[in-house]
Amino acid sequence: MDYGFTFAAYAVAAVLFILSLGGLSGQESAKRAVWYGIAGMALAIVATLMGPGQGLWAVSLILIALGGIVGYQLATKVQMTQMPELVAIMHSLVGLAAVFVGFNADLQISAVTGMLAGAGIDRCDPVFSAITCAEKFGQAGLFDGISSFGALIAKKTAVEITILRIELVLGIWIGAVTFTGSVIAYGKLAGKVNSAAKQLPGGHMLNAAAAIGSVVLAAMYLNDAGSWTLILLAVLALFIGYHLIMGIGGADMPVVVSMLNSYSGWAAAAIGFSLGNDLLIVVGALVGSSGAILSYIMCKAMNRSFISVILGGFGGTSGPQMEVTGEQIAIDTEGVAAALNEADSIIIIPGYGMAVAQAQQSVSELTRKLRAKGKTVRFAIHPVAGRLPGHMNVLLAEAKVPYDIVLEMDEINEDFPSTDVAIVIGSNDIVNPAAQEDPNSPIAGMPVLECWKAKQVFVSKRGQGTGYSGIENPLFYKDNTRMFYGDAKKSLDALLPLID
Amino acid sequence: MKIGAPKEIFEGENRVAMTPESAVQLIKLGHACVIETGAGAKAGFSDAVYQAAGVEVVPSAAALYETADVVVKVRGPEADEARLLRSGQTLISFFWPAQNPDLLAQVAAQGATVVAMDMVPRISRAQKMDALSSMANIAGYRAVIEAGNNFGRFFTGQVTAAGKVPPAKVLIVGAGVAGLAAIGTSVSLGAIVNAFDVRPEVAEQIESMGASFVFLEFEEKQDGAATGGYAAPSSPEFREKQLAKFRELAPEMDIVITTALIPGRPAPKLWTEDMVAMMKPGSVIVDLAAERGGNCDLTVPDQKIVTENGVTVVGYTDFPSRMAAQASTLYSNNIRHMLADLTPKKDGVIAHNMEDDVIRGATVAHAGAVTYPPPPPKVAAIAAAKPKEKVKELTPEERRAQETAAFKAQTKQQVTLLAIGGALILAAGLVTPPSFMQHFIVFVLSVFIGFQVIWNVSHSLHTPLMAVTNAISSIVILGALIQIGSSSLLITLLAALGVLMCAVNIFGGFLVTRRMLAMFQKS
Repeated sequence: MDYGFTFAAYAVAAVLFILSLGGLSGQESAKRAVWYGIAGMALAIVATLMGPGQGLWAVSLILIALGGIVGYQLATKVQMTQMPELVAIMHSLVGLAAVFVGFNADLQISAVTGMLAGAGIDRCDPVFSAITCAEKFGQAGLFDGISSFGALIAKKTAVEITILRIELVLGIWIGAVTFTGSVIAYGKLAGKVNSAAKQLPGGHMLNAAAAIGSVVLAAMYLNDAGSWTLILLAVLALFIGYHLIMGIGGADMPVVVSMLNSYSGWAAAAIGFSLGNDLLIVVGALVGSSGAILSYIMCKAMNRSFISVILGGFGGTSGPQMEVTGEQIAIDTEGVAAALNEADSIIIIPGYGMAVAQAQQSVSELTRKLRAKGKTVRFAIHPVAGRLPGHMNVLLAEAKVPYDIVLEMDEINEDFPSTDVAIVIGSNDIVNPAAQEDPNSPIAGMPVLECWKAKQVFVSKRGQGTGYSGIENPLFYKDNTRMFYGDAKKSLDALLPLID
Repeated sequence: MKIGAPKEIFEGENRVAMTPESAVQLIKLGHACVIETGAGAKAGFSDAVYQAAGVEVVPSAAALYETADVVVKVRGPEADEARLLRSGQTLISFFWPAQNPDLLAQVAAQGATVVAMDMVPRISRAQKMDALSSMANIAGYRAVIEAGNNFGRFFTGQVTAAGKVPPAKVLIVGAGVAGLAAIGTSVSLGAIVNAFDVRPEVAEQIESMGASFVFLEFEEKQDGAATGGYAAPSSPEFREKQLAKFRELAPEMDIVITTALIPGRPAPKLWTEDMVAMMKPGSVIVDLAAERGGNCDLTVPDQKIVTENGVTVVGYTDFPSRMAAQASTLYSNNIRHMLADLTPKKDGVIAHNMEDDVIRGATVAHAGAVTYPPPPPKVAAIAAAKPKEKVKELTPEERRAQETAAFKAQTKQQVTLLAIGGALILAAGLVTPPSFMQHFIVFVLSVFIGFQVIWNVSHSLHTPLMAVTNAISSIVILGALIQIGSSSLLITLLAALGVLMCAVNIFGGFLVTRRMLAMFQKS
């Protein structure tokens, strides 16, 4: 087959990918959209395998099958609560693959120049490509046995090679940052790395130094300082990825994961440039912009700038925080059950704590029982609830909570005053009234779920501690708030038999 | 401390402030309990049952007042009883301090402390001692039972072999605790229930009980929160509208239960004589506001009358007392909760904490002084409804001007962005070879499409979106596939690793997305 077929297949695949992302605008069309994505990917791979110059396609198929088995195992074994970890670790694979492909491109360039030099051609006009050079020196057959990728590079002029190098430097750098960043994000989400924001002495100066070092190394590499600069550059990028994400607290993980998602896309796009492959560019750009938009949405939901999230910690505050007065009043299971039995309208606000306690099934069962009694039960989801954009929706969907009673913050915030009972399960900052009441609070201005306007609020919480942000939550001290201490799953399971 | 419950001397009062059950709980708080002989007899609790629960029985009221440190009662004290109170003694009962200022002054002068159960503030924490609510609940239930007793037909509609029975139509006026209880009872008996209240926010509660809310088209509406959840007097215009609505309903209704009360005022007249005249013979009106003058013009307190057109008007004022056993159980529980709050350490010692909102609110006489009315409680019972923000009506010209300005600003922003972006791309085009620019066009267009498409993704699908984008970002596999055929072993090896990792990602990403999406389901 020739290039024509491959390009046509790429065009079709690109359209399929766009349709796949576009289809995610609704739950029903999404089920179709994922098939578009699968079809696009299959088409792209088949076209590449059948395309010109691809030698080892049997090996490739075996590798793909092997990878497929691993991927299948991962995808079917994973618990829905572990979804953030899975997504994070999968990002790291893309990042690493991008690094490898980038290095390969460099090796190939070296190989081509090496072949030229080996043939005794050392003075070549930069306006000519390696092949033209060889022809001019009477060695037209020099590159005949080279692979298709080698031939691609050999056809490039010196200027094009420089641009190619810029692209592959970018690809390697972004890929390396994505790789370690995703591994650390995975560690934090899986609880294997302490989720608190931690940095080496020197803090962001270290990152800045590493970034400057990368730029210097990149410049040296472009001036033919050799492949070692590229390796060192990758090492620096790996460090930046590690250190940057270590410095970001667990609560900001939704932003981090979507940011890494975006990076893996840009890495793919950069690699696409260096390989001259339009499909890679298209998909990389789609993924990159998708991740960027998700990060933006998450940041907006927290009323923080992207920079301040990435640089870790909360933005500066202008004065002392409001003192919280009053006491946290506990309530027992019977009390909650009695209130729920009497209530007509109930809003449940799940947070990361629900995911940690794996309480979604119990929540679903509670919802089912309450709804069977004719009560209105709805869910209020804050955009940054959980550790992944849309984390709560997926957990509730897994537990078979119908999605039409799961509402977004803007849709439901007005309804709290007419609600009898609001149940907060394992969320903290997203229901913190200080965001509205205390201009000096670190989260001042962040949109929050106004659950305290409900007639009664129950907060299911493990203990009296503060949330990830370490901010005191005045909600817990309000007169209509009762603290329902204990592991969310155990508490709810104890509550279930009492609802009748 | 010794808690004592005397026999109620008010005519027709059957309730008692302490039941054997509540006495057991009080003894657990460290108190001793004492009762006047025969105090619980009318509510169905004999002296023997009290004694079995560990309650001392004394022969007379005088002896009880002599021995008890805390006297618990249902009705407020009669003059004779008040005289028996001594300094340092606490009386817990209904008191109605606003209506009985002289009695209050007298008791205060005697040095007794009075906790009025009718003054317990309406906050969540105090609900367990809210005797007005618990009694109103009983009154609401009983009102329906009384109505049924005087109504010659079924509540529920039936189709029987002997003929068709239409369901009774019930109207409940005033959806407070009593009204809601009446709604619940009538609905469960099978009647068709309509309910009305001047507070529009209770419409939801009414509907939740299974009745339909009688909707009144009216602009000015009350915010119940400002009055602690109670109704406030309505404007004359509103009242007219309301009466007109009632006149419309009157001929259809079989049973009318009125429960409308405004704190500190006589009951509003809502069911006028002409409405009664319009009703069908055999219909029943139960007026729960009879004690305060009644909502119905024809109500005679404490009596049941039948009008000329055959409508029965029930004006009893002792509904809770007519269910003495139930009422006593609930009331004694209210009392017990109040005593539990007064005995924070559960050691049998009363600590009268005047800093506590609930205790302060309910205490009307303490340490020789009248402490009524209490200061407003520190916490509002119900969150105040926010006044609706008035959106300024813009004239068409203003709106057009605003739209034009917004449009101009948007245009300016877009043109600036386009100009800067365009200039940058053009500058790049000057120095880069055409082969790069070809790919660059593709890149720019793709980013553009990405931005257009992703904004439409619904929030709940963000996790699947990330899984899908993750899967398709494995498109890097194409790069690895192109390189794998290289002559260099190192390149082949790295490319092979790349292919493997991307394959994991492709399969993992798509499968997990499918799993997630399959879970989303409609109810």
